[in-house]
Amino acid sequence: MIGKNSLFGPIDPAVESGYTEPPSRKGFFTDTSICIGCKACEVACKEWNEVPEDGFAMLGMSYDNTGALGADTWRHVAFIEQPGGREGRTGTPPSATVELGMPGPPPPTSSEGAVATDEKPDFRWLMSSDVCKHCTHAACLDVCPTGSLFRTEFGTVVVQPDVCNGCGYCVPACPYGVIERRKGPDGTKNVGVAQKCTLCYDRLKVDQKPACAQACPTESIQFGDVDELRERARTRVDALHEAGIMDARLYGDDPEDGVGGAGAFFLLLDEPEVYGLPPDPVVTTKDLPHMFNRASTAAAALLAGAVVAFLGRRG
Amino acid sequence: MTTQGHGPSAQQTRAVPESAKRGRRGRGGRGEFSMVPEAEFSSYYGRQVVKESPWEADIPAYLFSGGLAAGSSLLAAGADLTGLPLLRRSGRFTALGALGFSMVALVHDLGKPSRFVNMLRTAKLTSPMSVGTWILTGYSPFAGLAAAAEVADLLPARVQRGPLRLLGLAAKLGRPAGLMAALTAPPVAAYTAVLLADTATPSWHEAYRELPFVFVGSAAAASSGFSMITTPVAQTGPARRFAIGGALLDLVMEHRMEQTMGITAEPMHQGKAGKLMTAAKWLTAGGAAGSLLAGRSRTVAVASGAALVAGSVCTRFGIFEAGQASARDPRYTVVPQRERMRAAAAANGDQPADLDHAPS
Ligand code: SF4
Ligand code: SF4
Repeated sequence: MIGKNSLFGPIDPAVESGYTEPPSRKGFFTDTSICIGCKACEVACKEWNEVPEDGFAMLGMSYDNTGALGADTWRHVAFIEQPGGREGRTGTPPSATVELGMPGPPPPTSSEGAVATDEKPDFRWLMSSDVCKHCTHAACLDVCPTGSLFRTEFGTVVVQPDVCNGCGYCVPACPYGVIERRKGPDGTKNVGVAQKCTLCYDRLKVDQKPACAQACPTESIQFGDVDELRERARTRVDALHEAGIMDARLYGDDPEDGVGGAGAFFLLLDEPEVYGLPPDPVVTTKDLPHMFNRASTAAAALLAGAVVAFLGRRG
Repeated sequence: MTTQGHGPSAQQTRAVPESAKRGRRGRGGRGEFSMVPEAEFSSYYGRQVVKESPWEADIPAYLFSGGLAAGSSLLAAGADLTGLPLLRRSGRFTALGALGFSMVALVHDLGKPSRFVNMLRTAKLTSPMSVGTWILTGYSPFAGLAAAAEVADLLPARVQRGPLRLLGLAAKLGRPAGLMAALTAPPVAAYTAVLLADTATPSWHEAYRELPFVFVGSAAAASSGFSMITTPVAQTGPARRFAIGGALLDLVMEHRMEQTMGITAEPMHQGKAGKLMTAAKWLTAGGAAGSLLAGRSRTVAVASGAALVAGSVCTRFGIFEAGQASARDPRYTVVPQRERMRAAAAANGDQPADLDHAPS
C-alpha cells in the first residue's frame, strides 16, 4: 500500500486509500471569470448542510461579509475591488472583464449593455467562490490522529463528527486554511469539532450534485469527474487567452503541484494570493520522513548526552 | 505595510505601480533587486491565508512538561546506575509529576479524558499526534513504575513485606523500569518538534530541521535545572554537565534555525514571541553559566536551576507564539512561497511570466 507517491506526487486518492474499483473521482471546477458574486452557493451550502450562521457583521473591507472559509463557512465568495492601476503592469486593460452590472459608478452610456471600452469605469471586480480543495494529498487527513477525517470512494475528504475528538491538529495542517474547529454558538451541533465542506457526500451517494453547484446560476461552480473538469478548464482558459484575457490561469488543477492536484480547482483572473489563496501550497507530509529523521537523530543525541554526562567524575 | 490597512483601499497593493512600490520599499534605497525577500506582496485585504492552530497555553505547557519528564527519566536512570540515590529519587518523582501535568494539559486541551482514549483507536504514522500518543503510552507505565519503586524504597522494610507487598515487588522492578523509561524517554522529548513542524504554520514548518534539537536541548536543560533545585549539590554533578550540554545545544541550534528559516524567523523577534525568545536566551545562557559554579553553592545551584527551567518554559511558549503569529500574517505564507516559485522558475530557466515582481 505504501508507494513512492504515498506522501507526495500524483496518485488516484481513492485507489491509494484502498478502494477497489471506486467511482471516478469527483470535484469542482470553479470558473471565477463568470462568477457574479450572488452568494447563492454560500446560502445553498448552509441550508443543505445545516451550517449555522456566523453572524451578519460587515467586515468593513469589501462587499465580503464572511471573510474566509471556516467552520461555519464552507463556501466563501471573495470580492476584490481593483481600481484601474492594472493596465501598466500586465497590459491587460481592466475592461477585458465582462460587464456584470455590479455596483459602481453608472456607465456613461446606459442604453446599451456593452459599453464602449474606453468609457468603462476604471476598476474591476473579481469574485471567486472558494471551497475546500479536497486535496489529492490532504494534510488535514494525514495528521488526524483519530481517523475522523477520511477519504471517500469519490476521492473527497470528509470529517466524521462523531469520531473527531476536537484536537484541532487538522486546522494548522491545512495549507489552504480551510478546516476549522466549530466554536459555537452553543446548542448548534458539532461544537468543538472540526468542520468543512464535505463536497455534499450525502448527495453524491444518491447521484445528486452538491448543493452549491446546483444553486450556482452562472455555472461558475461546475461539478463532475475531475479528469473531465480538468479538460473543460483547459479549454476555457485557452478561449479566454484567445479573447485577450491573458491574466486567466488555472489554479490547483496540476497533479504535479504541491498537494498532488486539488479535487477542487479554479480559473482565476489574477494571482492566487489576491484571492486569499496560497501561491504554492505544499502538503507538509512531503517533508515528514525528513522530520522524523531529524527527530530520531535528536532523540539519539539526547540519550548520548545523558550517557556522556554520567561518564567520568561522580558527584 | 500597505496590505494591512482597513477600508476599501486595503487590498490595493496591486494598484500601486511596481516602480513606486520598489521606491517606497526603501531598505536604504538599494537597487531594484536584492537577495532579501521582498516585503511587498499581494493579499486578500491583508487577511490570513492559513489558519493558526486553535491551541491555547495547554499545548506549550505540554511541550515543556513532556521534555521535563523525559530528561528527568534519563537523569534518574543514570543516577541509578552510578549510585546517586538522591538524584535518582528526584528524577523519578519529577518525571512522574511532569507526566501527570502533561496529561492534564493534554486532556484539558481535548476537553474530556475519553478523547485521549479515542486517540488510541488508530495508529497513524503520518500523524505526529498519533505517533506521540503511542510514544507516551509506551513511556508512561515505565516512568510510573519507577516512581512507585521509589515510594516503596522510602517505606520501612516491614511494611514492604507486610500489607503493601505489591509495592515491595515494585521496588524490585525499579531498575529495569527506570532503564526502560530512560530508553523510551528521548522520543517523548523529540516528537513534539515534529508535532509543530508538520503543519502549514510558517514559522513552525520552516523550523523543522533544527527544532527537534532545540527541543531535546531544552528538555535536558529543564530537567537538570529541576534536579539542581531538588537535589543536594553533592549528587548533581552529572546533572550540571547535562544542563550545560543541553543549554548549548538549545542555544546553538536555535541560532541556526533562525538562519535557515528566512523571513519566517521574523515572528520570533516580534511582540510576545520576541519577548519570550529573548528571555529564553538569557535565562538558558545564564542558567548554563551558573551551572559551572553550582557545585560549590546550593544557592547558586537553585538559582541556575530555576533559570534553566524558566528558560525552557520561555522557549516552548516563544516558539508556540511565533508560529501562531506567523499564521495570522499572510506575508509569512505568501512571500516564502513566491520565493520558492521564483527560485524553481529560475532553476528551470523558465520565463517567470506568472510571477509578481518579475524583471521585465
Ligand atoms: S484544502 Fe485543507 S481541509 Fe481541504 S482537503 Fe486540502 S488539506 Fe484538507
Ligand atoms: S480536530 Fe478532529 S478531524 Fe481534526 S485532526 Fe483532530 S480528530 Fe481529526
